[in-house]
Amino acid sequence: MDFKLTEEQQMLKETAERLVRDVYDFESRNKFSESEAGFSTAFWQQLGELGLTAIPFSEELGGFGGGGVETMLIMEQLGKGICLEPYMESVILAGGLIGQLGSDAQKEELLGGIATGELQAAVALDELNSHYDLASVTTTATEQGGSWSLSGRKGVVIGGQTAGKILVSARTAGNNRDEQGISLFVVDPNAAGVTRRVYATVDGRKACELFLDNAQGELLGEAGNAFDAIRYQSGRAIAALCAEAVGAMRTACDLTLDYLKTRKQFGVPIGKFQVLQHRMVDMISELERATSMAILAACLADDEDSAERSAKLAAAKFVINRAGRYVAEQCIQLHGGIAMTWEYNGAHYAKRLVMISHQFGDDDHHLEAYAAQLGAA
Amino acid sequence: MEIHYSPEQLAFRDEVRDFLKQELPADIAAKVKLGKHLHKADHERWQKILSKRGWYAPGWPVEHGGTTWGPIEKHIFDEESAAAGAPRLVPFGVNMVAPVIIKFGSEEQKATYLPRILDGTDWWCQGYSEPGAGSDLASLKTRAVRDGDHYIVNGQKTWTTLGQHANWIFCLVRTDPEAQQQRGISFLLIDMATPGITVRPIITLDGDHEVNEVFFDDVKVPVENLVGEENKGWTCAKYLLTHERTGLAGIGASKAALTNLKRIASKQQKNGKPLLEDSLFRSQIAEVEMSLMAAEMSTLRIVAAASEGGVPGSESSILKVQGTEIRQAITHLMRKALGPYALPFLPEELDLDVDGELLVDDYAASPASQYFNMRKLSIFGGSNEIQKNIVSKMILEL
Ligand SMILES: Cc1cc2nc3c(=O)[nH]c(=O)nc-3n(C[C@H](O)[C@H](O)[C@H](O)COP(=O)(O)OP(=O)(O)OC[C@H]3O[C@@H](n4cnc5c(N)ncnc54)[C@H](O)[C@@H]3O)c2cc1C
Repeated sequence: MDFKLTEEQQMLKETAERLVRDVYDFESRNKFSESEAGFSTAFWQQLGELGLTAIPFSEELGGFGGGGVETMLIMEQLGKGICLEPYMESVILAGGLIGQLGSDAQKEELLGGIATGELQAAVALDELNSHYDLASVTTTATEQGGSWSLSGRKGVVIGGQTAGKILVSARTAGNNRDEQGISLFVVDPNAAGVTRRVYATVDGRKACELFLDNAQGELLGEAGNAFDAIRYQSGRAIAALCAEAVGAMRTACDLTLDYLKTRKQFGVPIGKFQVLQHRMVDMISELERATSMAILAACLADDEDSAERSAKLAAAKFVINRAGRYVAEQCIQLHGGIAMTWEYNGAHYAKRLVMISHQFGDDDHHLEAYAAQLGAA
Repeated sequence: MEIHYSPEQLAFRDEVRDFLKQELPADIAAKVKLGKHLHKADHERWQKILSKRGWYAPGWPVEHGGTTWGPIEKHIFDEESAAAGAPRLVPFGVNMVAPVIIKFGSEEQKATYLPRILDGTDWWCQGYSEPGAGSDLASLKTRAVRDGDHYIVNGQKTWTTLGQHANWIFCLVRTDPEAQQQRGISFLLIDMATPGITVRPIITLDGDHEVNEVFFDDVKVPVENLVGEENKGWTCAKYLLTHERTGLAGIGASKAALTNLKRIASKQQKNGKPLLEDSLFRSQIAEVEMSLMAAEMSTLRIVAAASEGGVPGSESSILKVQGTEIRQAITHLMRKALGPYALPFLPEELDLDVDGELLVDDYAASPASQYFNMRKLSIFGGSNEIQKNIVSKMILEL
């Protein structure tokens, strides 16, 4: 057992840390958030130039062969800066799905671009009533003369506003909520039959609804058999989100601690009030718990698919959703009125932390998933 | 013991219900029920309707335009109003400064200000907090220096709710910098149109404009705008706060929010069924509903005691903490009910009459915004930590 980082990992962490520190001061972040892209295209390019978008890919695909730990190191730094770039969505999730399902030609065509950052991809798995159930797919795809056409609506596609390609889950057989019969397609968002409604998200990012009306899609992998890959790769996405949450929590805790030491009321720093001291200790304790679970998730993320991996990833996301909410709410409460303002960065950390629980399953979703596999004593 | 209303109280409730059914504009009620934005004109419209019926200021003495209602009738009225989707009254004029003027003001002040509150001429805001004086209100620094028949006011107030709509502000100002904290404070009424006042918006974390900063730069305020005695403003301040806190439990608003939560949960799907049928989610709604039930019983106990002449003590602080936690728990569930659709931030859909198609449904734009906005409940009106300090010091003598 060894929880230390290797030299390469340490370097990777420092690279990401420096980059985020240099680019992502709070004022800049707000500007990126308000820009049309919704994130910094320059920062995205830098991630590519420094090789950070290539970390998880194998060496023959131009990557560094990094795994869950490397992903964690990057995501944690992105969380510390509440960075807006769709790194998880494009690199981890879309990259992972293409890597797992794609033909050699597709890998070559798409993964190369994702690895350099030249292609920013997004993934469309949610629907209006899917409520985190990835098998709840009503969007349909039908084949005619070797080409597929998709119809339906996909929801809350993060990064979809700027994506060059969007991976869309659609049903080619079976009934809604059957795991069998789900396929994945590569869709060009500018193709005929595709419309996007772009909007901001509560945490300052951008996303879109994707309306498909007989839109062309290129099949990724075998028809009807994409669900295992979707489940597996969503596990990697969960691990990445856990790491991001830990980064955001850490900064939220730092900001709060700093405030307790400097804000004076009744002639003393408010950190002298025991009730706030204990609350701060509880926040740090949640952060510790979350850190441990993020490490667990990171170390399992690239393991072979198994019930145990799924259960532990569910446990990690459950713990982190709960911890994130606690830290977010206490960060606001202990800052008093100031934390209710748009101008205060802590509020944006709180929003991101709470919104992480709305991606790939909230606490209820993962509690049920974990409980469902409990064995008898 | 009898937990039910008497026949007279039930008859009163019917009267209130009839009134609300006939007079509460449907468009305003729809906005309130869906958590949409209310405009100044909406508040004013509803206030006029209430005023016409003589029900805008039920707590005032009859000679100033109030009613003879006791605490139970007031409670029934608040409950029914919230259930029907009536806007929460903006309290600063009718329920904050008015009681202070009635209790401590001169006859002239009563004659000047009270009718203007009743008929909606004046919109008041509250100038208590300052950047350095939040929980520790008595450390406020805004200065008022007597200069002949005027005070010259300099300083800054903050968190002034709806100050952008207000034409009057009541302020705590320091008139004696030598005296100990609470002693040198006075209660001043200030016309917002006086030169030297600047109002600057503060945008809250949900993107809304609800609070403001108010700056005073050599603002000349006539001495007759002082309420009560110079340097004795703290008495007014405290009197006002007891009025402020009794309404902060927000039981009626929580009940309405719970209804909305159930509506959302019956429309959202999980595992192919309405979320309301999901046992895990259902049990969380049940839990908050039971807490609300307990808080409602506590409210009724306080109300009943008050109608026999009792004065609410620690209970109102306890109830403020419980009530705000319940409201926050409801908005947490509302946000959770939307699943991934809690992410879209759609301020334009917070207006009821939006053009174009809604992203999901009429309820979907507001839950995440409300969740974040409602974090304020445990911060303002005396933070929940401060309420607990009050209970432990004053009541438990710890
Ligand atoms: C949306 C909103 C609307 C508002 N509207 C108005 C308005 O219209 N007019 C107006 O005058 N004011 C208004 N306020 C101000 C409000 O009353 C103050 O925010 C509140 O009193 C808290 O003060 P503060 O924000 O300075 O926090 P602080 O007093 O700095 O408190 C920071 C944290 O320390 C805790 N704390 C402080 N002292 C103690 C203690 N002794 N023991 C334990 N914990 C302690 C607090 O509970 C809080 O968690 C509003 C505030 C908000 C957020």
